[in-house]
Amino acid sequence: MAFLEIKNLHVEVEDKKILNGLTLTIEKGQVAAIMGPNGSGKSTLSYVLAGKDNYNVTEGEILLNGESILDMAPDVRAAKGIFLAFQYPVEVPGVATMTFLRTALNAQRKTRGEPEFSTPDFIKLVRDTSAKLGISQEMLRRSVNVGFSGGEKKRNEILQMAILQPSLAVLDETDSGLDIDALKIVAEGVNALRSPERSMIVITHYQRLLDYIVPDVVHVLAKGKVVKTGGKELALELEASGYAQFGGEAA
Amino acid sequence: MNADIRAIKTAAEQGLATSFAGARGALPGKGAVASLRDDAFKRFETQGLPNRRVEQWKYTDLRALMREAKPLAGLADVRKPADIAAILSGVDASLVTIVNGRYAPEWSDKNAADPGIVLAELFAWLAENLDYKLGEMPGSDDQASLLNTAFMSGGVGLRVMRGATVAKPIHIAHVFSGDAAAAMYPRSVVVVEPGAHVTLVESFSGPDGIDYQVNSALELSIGEGARVDHIKIGYDGNAALRISTLGVTVGAKATYKDFAYTTGGAVVRNQTFARFAGERIDAFIGGASLLKNKQHVDNTLVIAHAAANCDSRELFKTVLDNQSHGVFQGKIIVEPHAQKTNAKMMTRSLLLSDEAEASQKPELEIFADDVVCGHGATAGALDPGLKFYLMSRGIHEKEAETLLIQAFIGEAIEEVAHEGIRDDLNLAALRWLGARA
Repeated sequence: MAFLEIKNLHVEVEDKKILNGLTLTIEKGQVAAIMGPNGSGKSTLSYVLAGKDNYNVTEGEILLNGESILDMAPDVRAAKGIFLAFQYPVEVPGVATMTFLRTALNAQRKTRGEPEFSTPDFIKLVRDTSAKLGISQEMLRRSVNVGFSGGEKKRNEILQMAILQPSLAVLDETDSGLDIDALKIVAEGVNALRSPERSMIVITHYQRLLDYIVPDVVHVLAKGKVVKTGGKELALELEASGYAQFGGEAA
Repeated sequence: MNADIRAIKTAAEQGLATSFAGARGALPGKGAVASLRDDAFKRFETQGLPNRRVEQWKYTDLRALMREAKPLAGLADVRKPADIAAILSGVDASLVTIVNGRYAPEWSDKNAADPGIVLAELFAWLAENLDYKLGEMPGSDDQASLLNTAFMSGGVGLRVMRGATVAKPIHIAHVFSGDAAAAMYPRSVVVVEPGAHVTLVESFSGPDGIDYQVNSALELSIGEGARVDHIKIGYDGNAALRISTLGVTVGAKATYKDFAYTTGGAVVRNQTFARFAGERIDAFIGGASLLKNKQHVDNTLVIAHAAANCDSRELFKTVLDNQSHGVFQGKIIVEPHAQKTNAKMMTRSLLLSDEAEASQKPELEIFADDVVCGHGATAGALDPGLKFYLMSRGIHEKEAETLLIQAFIGEAIEEVAHEGIRDDLNLAALRWLGARA
């Protein structure tokens, strides 16, 4: 049984059909890149996996470990191991990053019936993890993402992923808005989390990110379905030829 | 509106007239005070209870909201409420209890402990402070304020001596005690002499289920270079109607912070009339209200910048659940010679229910030409994008809402300078949120 099975998924957003019979399988421990032109449904796929409101599944199925997740609220999916690194992480004024991380981690553990982290253990975990990502103690005291640069926001997403230890990480255009140095830090953070126990879906428009996070498999998404699947060399091919062959706009 | 075609008196107005006729001989204070009362009631009667046709009372139509005048609260059968201490549980404060509109020294801490203050029952204090002119505070001609002047039953007079730093906050706790609804009219005077520092808390509380009425007034005079933090805590019973008037004059170079926290009462109006009389004042006036069911809470400000080079900021935040109604009116008047005024006013309402209502009216009247003034108002529901972000990290829906509401209201509470009081208010907000979830 595959870890994640998406079968014939049809999704509408405000009566507009975005996903159109998408079928996709992710194995345990696999890093899958999803590439595609603008409007192909990449971000919609990430939101549907995370359980955002107003993404209306009209047909099809998403199974995680053989269990349908479609009726689960976002927090339940998170406790089951799904993590979405947002393309545009939102600012949460008035909620300190430390409070946010602790609340999230303990809420997930509570949902899974695990004991809460003690405060000293939690502080040590965050301190060690944030140091590797170049996130300062001062940033952790600030409100979540408020006043953070684009690069800091993306690093904060990876920090959350490292703390929450998901079994399925969905990275939605994690490279967007990053310069090459920031991209390297983020990619290192992601690579450090690669594990036989953790699957990843790396959504990107450009091949560049895949130089740093090398995928096991590449899927091409166009008009709401997977139109081609190949190895990591497929990304290079696309970089050369563009998405026009799949009926999308040029990259 | 023309006074000649004024509507026939309502039952409440008739009740007030009967009450006043019956009580005026027995109310405390003779001579000047008695004529002040008569004059105030006469002026009240020409207009009656303020209603929606009076611009300042547009959203709080007292004629509709106050159906009857309750009998004046007495001191028979009053019992000391067990929970006065719980109002400020985390703060070592000097307690001054006002029960049913009268100072209760036996339920108060002895103030002699602090050499920086002189405190006494209001009318006794006035007899010792003949230079103090009662009833000349800003806002004293407001209709509700006139009613307080007519019926004022007592309270305290308090002087903070020149240059004194009062170590403990002074907590004036207004309590209603009784089994049947009644009306109380406490009036207090606080004079803070130049250079003095004091934290003053006023609280209002009473039992649920009794539709008692409170019409309170505080005259606050802040001397040059003084620092005053005034915090008003509204924990009234769920059927209470309360109107609190604050008239404040601020002297040059003073630092003045005012904060109103309200979660109790059926109908509450906090009205603040401030006059910045000297230059280089640094002022903040704000509030936080958490409302549910059919609560109606109105925070109204009239701030007169009467001198140059003053800074004032206003921030009011309101959380509205169920069918509650939150009102904010803020008027900043910059007088012609008040150049270099820097005034910023913001009001934000968070609506947790489709049936909740927010009425917000910030206003600027600027007569000087070299000022920086601005105002803003927002009203909206919880941001679904924020909620989704929190939930996508595993935080349960209610907990995500609680975190976001807490963050919203916390930004205002953060303005309370006294750490213990701030912590108490944050905990109170958390309890309110806990009761909701």
